[in-house]
Amino acid sequence: MGKKRVVVPIGPYHPLLEEPEYFTLYCEGEKVVDVEWQPGYNHRAIEKISESKHWDQVTFLIERICGICSTSHPIAYVNAVEDLLQIEIPERAKYIRCIIAELERIHSHLLWFGLAGHFLGYNTVFMWSWKYREPVLEICELISGNRNHYAMMKIGGVRRDIEDEDIPVIKKKLSEIKGKLEMLTNAVLDDPVLAARLKGVGILTKEDVKNYGAVGPTARASGVNIDVRKDEPYAAYDLIEWNVITCENGDVFDKAVVRLLECLESIKIIEQCLDAIKGKKGEIETEVRDIPPGEGIGHGEAPRGEVFHYIRSDGTNRPVRHKVRAPSYVNIPTFKASCIGETISDVAIILAGVDPCYCCTERVSVYDMEKKKKIYDFSDLIKLSQEKTKRVCEELGVKWKE
Amino acid sequence: MNAENRLREKFGEKIKIEKPNEKRIYVTCDKDDLEEIVKFIFRDMDARYIVATGLQNFDNFEILYHFGIDEEGKVLSVRVYLDKDKPEVKSLTHIIPGIAWIEREIWELLGINFVGHPNLKHLLLPEDWPEGNYPLRKY
Amino acid sequence: MNLKLKALKKSLWVYHLCTGGSCNNCDIEILDCLTPRYDIERFGMVLVGSPRHADVLLCTGIVNKKCLKRVKEVYNQTPKPCVVVAVGTCACSGGIFRDGYEMAGPLDKVIPVDVYIPGCPPKPEAIIAGIVKFLEKLK
Repeated sequence: MGKKRVVVPIGPYHPLLEEPEYFTLYCEGEKVVDVEWQPGYNHRAIEKISESKHWDQVTFLIERICGICSTSHPIAYVNAVEDLLQIEIPERAKYIRCIIAELERIHSHLLWFGLAGHFLGYNTVFMWSWKYREPVLEICELISGNRNHYAMMKIGGVRRDIEDEDIPVIKKKLSEIKGKLEMLTNAVLDDPVLAARLKGVGILTKEDVKNYGAVGPTARASGVNIDVRKDEPYAAYDLIEWNVITCENGDVFDKAVVRLLECLESIKIIEQCLDAIKGKKGEIETEVRDIPPGEGIGHGEAPRGEVFHYIRSDGTNRPVRHKVRAPSYVNIPTFKASCIGETISDVAIILAGVDPCYCCTERVSVYDMEKKKKIYDFSDLIKLSQEKTKRVCEELGVKWKE
Repeated sequence: MNAENRLREKFGEKIKIEKPNEKRIYVTCDKDDLEEIVKFIFRDMDARYIVATGLQNFDNFEILYHFGIDEEGKVLSVRVYLDKDKPEVKSLTHIIPGIAWIEREIWELLGINFVGHPNLKHLLLPEDWPEGNYPLRKY
Repeated sequence: MNLKLKALKKSLWVYHLCTGGSCNNCDIEILDCLTPRYDIERFGMVLVGSPRHADVLLCTGIVNKKCLKRVKEVYNQTPKPCVVVAVGTCACSGGIFRDGYEMAGPLDKVIPVDVYIPGCPPKPEAIIAGIVKFLEKLK
């Protein structure tokens, strides 16, 4: 029997269905000349539904905006309401918020890394990084009761406390992950195939970062030093020691490096927070009774970048207006800037570099301007990308290991 | 000089500044002055474009354009009020290319017209969504 | 029991359909089933890339109006008999998004559903248990 081929369903492929694709790339020969997109497949009218829920229920609703950035939206939302109320939350709650947010960052970056590995043809990387996501999800389940959708955030504090007896268990799991992450980071930095494949590919300039308002690792990989956790610290980020990670070139390689190094910083942050709350007792919430009329703005640093919430209150128990802006909303348009002029075999990995929300990548098609017809869909693009990696391996004389 | 003082110095009477707390600045201006003010904030003050929020009040429409002043850790929001019966404002895509999407979204969900937008068509709703049906409108 | 149903029990070819309104968490938990910890391949279940090869449709998310046509098309393309599994609360009943203006209803209003696996998201163990339970019922 031949080698088992892993099919990772990034989404439904419909070569026969004539429908507007999410991304349509127009190409001449091998080069991409234009990008068009049509979002909306994931539109669930959350902002409208939010107006019919009361303030506390909204937290549960917006957790489900995105499964991967599940806790970043509640953090930004409670920051917005606490901005309106001008209240301070207890210190213990600040540390717990940090811990949850950083755990999410690690699992999101590892997920991304696995998918990027698959796009390049390294299916073992995919299996491996998703295997090391599991201990992170186990820690989340230990603290909150669920692997995702933790429901930990509450206006005024957090919903659940972290018990002292759990802290050594959490630390032990973290140190296992840390060792693996360090090994992975060094492997990526030293690998000649990844360097040949990803350096100089999909470059996003500083000017484009500004024009589109890009945020998160997408912006930091281009040398733009923005991170909500340092610029306007919330939770416990100003109480502990940590660094913002930036790179200079803005290509996909730098985006990968930024994400990997951020995972290591996250572990540093979590360990400091655990030490700060261990052996101490404290309140985990400030009681909030009414939300007076006014407006509030809150933002937080999700794994993909800044998530922004605006709320307006008229003194009743529901928001009058709740505006949500996820980081992908500003990051995905940068694909236009980083993709034009590149070859089709690199499209899959450039798109992955932007780290769009999962479901968005499913509907990509490539249209050839000369032949005047659609020639590839996303599964084809992944194959092209994997084949290019094989060619690069051959050129460098490196044995390609799946 | 900090952000609000720079704005006060440049635009004086044309704007009204409210600061509910140290980190949040709300600047209210006339829609005819909007372009000039946003150009100053985005280019001269080098602020970061975040997003825009559209909403409907009982007797008018309102748009807030949000910018990040990251060196000071503040968020600056520019507020304009639009006419209740014919809400429209000049598109800002020639200043901030990235604002194209949110202007389309505000148009399709609230019915506010962005004059001069290069591609004002449905972003999130399906193509056959009934015309004149603006889901986020209340009145 | 006819030959086709008997064959179904040997090795299930599973196609993962992400309908419009999904937050992706269920999709990730389904992908998690592939990974070494849960490894559905030891049950003989294989994920395929096209609905035309599928025996089982694993669907997640609530169907929104933009995706309605696509979901029906995929169901029509899948050779019958096929098993439709609604994974997650949104697919089972609409969940928290039930009342949105963009919604075309939970999955069973659009295509016939055979197995419901609730949860937000259901753990990989729950997904595997749901499918295995259904296989037991087929006996």
